[in-house]
Amino acid sequence: MAKKLMKGCEAVAEAAIQAGCHYFFGYPITPQNDIPEYMSARLPQIGGCFLQAESEVAAINMVYGAAASGARVMTSSSSPGISLKQEGMSYLAGAELPCVVVNMVRGGPGLGSIQPSQGDYFQATRGGGHGDYHPIVLAPSSVQEAVDLMQDAFDLADVYRTPVMILADGIIGQMMEPVEFHESKNTRALPKKDWAATGWDPKSGRARAVVNSLYIEVDELQELNDRLQSRYQVIRDNETKAELYNTDGAEIIVCAYGTVARIVKSAINICEKQGVKVGLFRPITIWPFPEKELSGAMDQASVKKAITVEISAGQMVEDVRLVVNGKKPVEFFGKPGSYTPTAEEIAEYIMKSREA
Amino acid sequence: MQTVFKKTPILTDAVLHYCPGCGHGIVHRLVAEVIEELGIQDRAVAYVPVGCAVFGYKYFNIDCVEAAHGRAPAAATGTKRTDPNRVVFTYQGDGDLASIGAAEIVHAAHRGEKITTIFINNAIYGMTGGQMAPTTLVGQKTTTSPYGRDKDHCGSPIRVAEMLATIEGSAYIERVAVNTPANIIKAKKAIKNAFECQIAGKGFSLVEVLSNCPTNWGMSPVESMEWLEENMIPYYPLGVKKDITKEV
Repeated sequence: MAKKLMKGCEAVAEAAIQAGCHYFFGYPITPQNDIPEYMSARLPQIGGCFLQAESEVAAINMVYGAAASGARVMTSSSSPGISLKQEGMSYLAGAELPCVVVNMVRGGPGLGSIQPSQGDYFQATRGGGHGDYHPIVLAPSSVQEAVDLMQDAFDLADVYRTPVMILADGIIGQMMEPVEFHESKNTRALPKKDWAATGWDPKSGRARAVVNSLYIEVDELQELNDRLQSRYQVIRDNETKAELYNTDGAEIIVCAYGTVARIVKSAINICEKQGVKVGLFRPITIWPFPEKELSGAMDQASVKKAITVEISAGQMVEDVRLVVNGKKPVEFFGKPGSYTPTAEEIAEYIMKSREA
Repeated sequence: MQTVFKKTPILTDAVLHYCPGCGHGIVHRLVAEVIEELGIQDRAVAYVPVGCAVFGYKYFNIDCVEAAHGRAPAAATGTKRTDPNRVVFTYQGDGDLASIGAAEIVHAAHRGEKITTIFINNAIYGMTGGQMAPTTLVGQKTTTSPYGRDKDHCGSPIRVAEMLATIEGSAYIERVAVNTPANIIKAKKAIKNAFECQIAGKGFSLVEVLSNCPTNWGMSPVESMEWLEENMIPYYPLGVKKDITKEV
């Protein structure tokens, strides 16, 4: 298929539809409005349903209901709206329901800004709502990658019966880039949704569906949590994804995800010209965090330290430190809010850090 | 031998957890009988609330979904919109619907969402132990209004049926009570009308059911039924508040 110039948000919406998502429930918030707008135009044409909810709280609960009835369903929002969806995310996780949630992250806390940010890393990777759960979190660094991840986002959700979050930012959402839509390739065997509440005929042979996250007895709740935790372990073991760029024999490994990782690549080129070999570790799944991939890069004898670069006060750096576990220094470069560093600033920090 | 009465198969054999004398059991039976009579078990989906009816999924012998507190109308929307042939209802109490879920119920009505809501108004939070609800009567003592509800401090009780009847998307709204056999018969008719309204695709339907809470009102079941008659019905008048189903 020929490449098309598309805005990130619209490309994400189209990719979701091509991945078989025919139901979308959302609420306007900048900088992700192009997703609901695109869905509102396209879904009625294909017999699907777009509905603008009265709030983000209602939208995520509509997603909960659609998922409970077995539909492939999605919502999108940006940081303050994602905070409002956290209750619903916890219920989706507790009721073991699949769905996809897109967060085009903006600056915070509070109303923050409408510029890009990476301040929602903790919220996304640690669960965000109440209770012991994790959504799977995918962090694309280009519009093309966001498109490419969409099919698997829905398939992962179905296979593991869990919410999956696409954690992008205002740059990816608002930037136009050439994208190619590949014929959607479903590489996973998808389980039958015989647990879904669709209306029950007692003669049908399936059990009556009860979609629920209430387990009032201690033993029963333990059983749910054990089931979730062992599922999370399977996800940790099998579903990590990372890009390693220029890491072989590097002196410094820069850790960055999303848009910032692309800027880091330019910074690496600047350092290269000054004769310093710097590599990039870019997690594509930020939960589960690609621990083996980072360890492999950091354990090289040539590597002296890691530098994590984020548009935050330092969130992913905590995961990097957990992996490096004190074996080598881990530094942080970045600012909270919406300040996006330039390639030159990052290169300058790397070169200075090297002298220190 | 001729069977003259049997339990509807739309209720399971699970033992109800409700307190002795509570109206929930009556309303469960009415809803289940209506589902049986309409022959819609195989396309019915129940949304149960957070509140006294939180275990409703154990009793309704149909596919059930447990919603977050107040969110049942939004979640039910997800089930209905992904297959309009389903018959979807929410079963909610007054804390769930009239307090934390006020936005969700108003907007479900506003969209003319083709779902049915069974709204139990017993003027109190039952499950959490008798706190004040938006429907608690002025002067009524609860664990969070120990001196009696003071309208200058926390307002007057909300008349949900009348409020929702003003909304364009509402198709059928009626208030009933389950305190006497005559009222119970009327309540069943209202519930049937509401489901038929949904099946006919007319719009949003809701039946507000005035019920009792002997435990948290601190009364015997009989006293509580009398209290309902003497105190609730005068403030919450029974009857059809809106019905567009007869319009051509």
